Amino acid sequence: MGTNNNKTNAAKRGIFTSAGATQKIVVILVIVALAVFFSVMSKPFRQYATLVSIFDYSYYISFMAIGVTFALITGGVDLSIGTGMITCGLVGGYVIAHKAMPVGVGILVALVIGLLFGLINAMTVAVMELPPFIATLCSMMLARGIGSILTGALSVTWPPAGSEQGWVRSFFKYKTEGGLLIPVGFLLVIIAVIVMSLILNHTRPGRYIIAIGSNKEATRLSGIKVRKYQGLAYLICGLFTGIAGIAYSCTFQAVAPGSGAGLELDAIAGAIIGGTSMNGGYGTITGTLLGVYVMSLLKTGLPYIGLQSNWQQIVTGIILIIAVLVDVLKNTKGK
Amino acid sequence: MGEVILTMKGIDKTFPGVHALDHVDFELKKGEVHALMGENGAGKSTLMKVLTGIYKKDSGSIIYEGKEVEFGNPREAQSAGIVIVHQELNMMNHLTVAQNIFIGREIMSGKLINDAQMNRKAKELFDLLNIEIDPTEKMGNLTVGKQQMCEIAKAISHEAKVIVFDEPTAALTESEIEELFKIIRDLRAKDMGIIYISHRMDEIKLITDRVTVMRDGAYVTTLISESCTKDDIVHAMVGRVIYEEPKVKSNVPKDAPVVLKVEHLKAGRLVNDVSFELKKGEILGFAGLMGAGRTETARAIFGADTKESGDIYVNGELVEIKSPQDAVKSGIGYLSEDRKRYGLAVQKTVAENSTLAALERYMKGLFIDKRKENEVTQQYIDSLKTKTPSTDQLVVNLSGGNQQKVVVSKWLVRNCDILIFDEPTRGIDVGAKSEIYHLMNELAKEGKSIIMISSEMPEILRMSDRIVIMCEGKKTGEMLIEEASQESIMHAATLRD
Repeated sequence: MGTNNNKTNAAKRGIFTSAGATQKIVVILVIVALAVFFSVMSKPFRQYATLVSIFDYSYYISFMAIGVTFALITGGVDLSIGTGMITCGLVGGYVIAHKAMPVGVGILVALVIGLLFGLINAMTVAVMELPPFIATLCSMMLARGIGSILTGALSVTWPPAGSEQGWVRSFFKYKTEGGLLIPVGFLLVIIAVIVMSLILNHTRPGRYIIAIGSNKEATRLSGIKVRKYQGLAYLICGLFTGIAGIAYSCTFQAVAPGSGAGLELDAIAGAIIGGTSMNGGYGTITGTLLGVYVMSLLKTGLPYIGLQSNWQQIVTGIILIIAVLVDVLKNTKGK
Repeated sequence: MGEVILTMKGIDKTFPGVHALDHVDFELKKGEVHALMGENGAGKSTLMKVLTGIYKKDSGSIIYEGKEVEFGNPREAQSAGIVIVHQELNMMNHLTVAQNIFIGREIMSGKLINDAQMNRKAKELFDLLNIEIDPTEKMGNLTVGKQQMCEIAKAISHEAKVIVFDEPTAALTESEIEELFKIIRDLRAKDMGIIYISHRMDEIKLITDRVTVMRDGAYVTTLISESCTKDDIVHAMVGRVIYEEPKVKSNVPKDAPVVLKVEHLKAGRLVNDVSFELKKGEILGFAGLMGAGRTETARAIFGADTKESGDIYVNGELVEIKSPQDAVKSGIGYLSEDRKRYGLAVQKTVAENSTLAALERYMKGLFIDKRKENEVTQQYIDSLKTKTPSTDQLVVNLSGGNQQKVVVSKWLVRNCDILIFDEPTRGIDVGAKSEIYHLMNELAKEGKSIIMISSEMPEILRMSDRIVIMCEGKKTGEMLIEEASQESIMHAATLRD
């Protein structure tokens, strides 16, 4: 009788549980399918350098996506992370390259700038209660302008690998003595995923962020400081924007002012593909990571089949629509 | 029953324009289930909101466990041991049962939440209540009944001494109700004080020890459930003196043609096999308590909600109504109880609102014929005696009664012969009320047919030629005005089968 009951219970477990696990499996299958597809379509794709390149793309998208997952779970969104990330990289690089600061200071500056944008978003969204979409669209404009002004609209290059100040790059790509590049940044991402999963699922702030996204009013009535935790989600998002800025600067040659717009969509798409709900209340960091690999695979693979950046944007747009559609269908099914 | 745990004495509360609570007394003993009854707007919920600190009382005193208390918010009441199990459940669907129960006071080990411990504690609570719920299940996957059990478990985990149930059975199935009653009896046996708000007469005898009846914001009486009859309670609920003259006789000739016939209409839980007829020139009152399904019935007829089954005949012809557009084409107009949300574009002018449903008739080529629009608007301003300085006045600047008239003119411009008034005088002051009544009578006299949904007993008795009474989605009574009384209507409105 007891086992029977459990079985029916398990069968009844509706959209609030099973969908998450199913979606992850589907995403893994998509990743495999994409990898097979590109390998079949293009011979040059089948080489070690491609793998390194996939990881290169995955770093900055991962960090942005981990951050924005928190904003999405509260039922909001952060559109400023793309340009914000570039601004963090720019200003951090600027103090290194033009103010002769050690690279450690540059990293610190990038993180502080990220946190500042997070703070602005926390103020506008959680305290002033502006709609997240508009509020973060505005801070996106702020970020772009500030980045260009502070650096005099010049591109900035972080110290190259192998140089004295270039050690930070080897946290992402480690060059062995044999000259082989190992994408060790993967380890940093995994650490971030573990830590943030722990925070999201096993600490009070994480619990309250999910609760706010699930039912803000009920959370408030439970005596929880809703503004504080909603704001915290944006602060976390800001911090990870800073980390993403460092990752971006360390994996690519130069950071150009005024760029970065649109990159936030890669991260948001990653999170949503990974099962985070646009309506808030549900999301996992591991799911987000899987979604990110779909995006970085596409970014790496599409050029191999002759689809350059303009096409990539179209593909990103379509993927985002599909991911959001799946999310919407998931939610209507439950009603 | 034990000693008195809670006494509310002379509680008075006034909102702008409404004397919501008029020196109300209420007493609750330990180990007692005490029902609080009354019509919509009798003040039951307001009294409970004063008790739990959502509203501040103007005067009176609350004595709880021998001390005078005044809670600033529900949290304070909760920590003192007074909790409400709300009708609308406040749950976070994406969190588990245990996470919901312990929200805001998680069991921690160090910096991390100890979910295992919380699950164990929740299990203990459920064992205590003899209910079987998996604490690790997501709240959103539970039935409403189970969710309510979780609310109760949460209340008990707060070491509640007084639990208020606000219409707990409204959304429950038969077997869930039985389970709930078992739990309530258990709680009573554990010496808790339970306040039980319900409209369901049959539950009162089944589960409660005493009944306090309120009417129009005032205390009426307290009865012993065992020894009183349903009639006693109904009489106490409706025993007001009606100042307005009730209609004595129907104005509709017996052989008047049927303009609207609804057969076996079904749409969701609150519209369950509803059939009725509406005659030409008739005002058909729809009476019932909150949640009886009257608005839902109207919305299903009007095509605002999809119906599952049932036939609608207009002037003897079967019509297919799938959307409000179809309904309007068949000559049915719906005046929502929430005018500002569903009835009017308040930031637009009287003229724009009046012609909104029939704009195609006021076009000159591609453009709106302002002259013709103003003409027809003025015509209805005159005939309905709408008080507005001009046809260009923004509707938002008009009084409630005049806004209602603009909605009426919108449907009249559209040539609707069947008008559904949903709570036609809600939010309208007393003077304007009689004007709306006069208007409805005039419309009926001119041969328009009216369905009037109203929660106000005097309004039903004053306006209707015939009355349909609903309870929980079913038609539970129909009577001509000549046979109707407050008591007979209230009987039908609390009928459950």
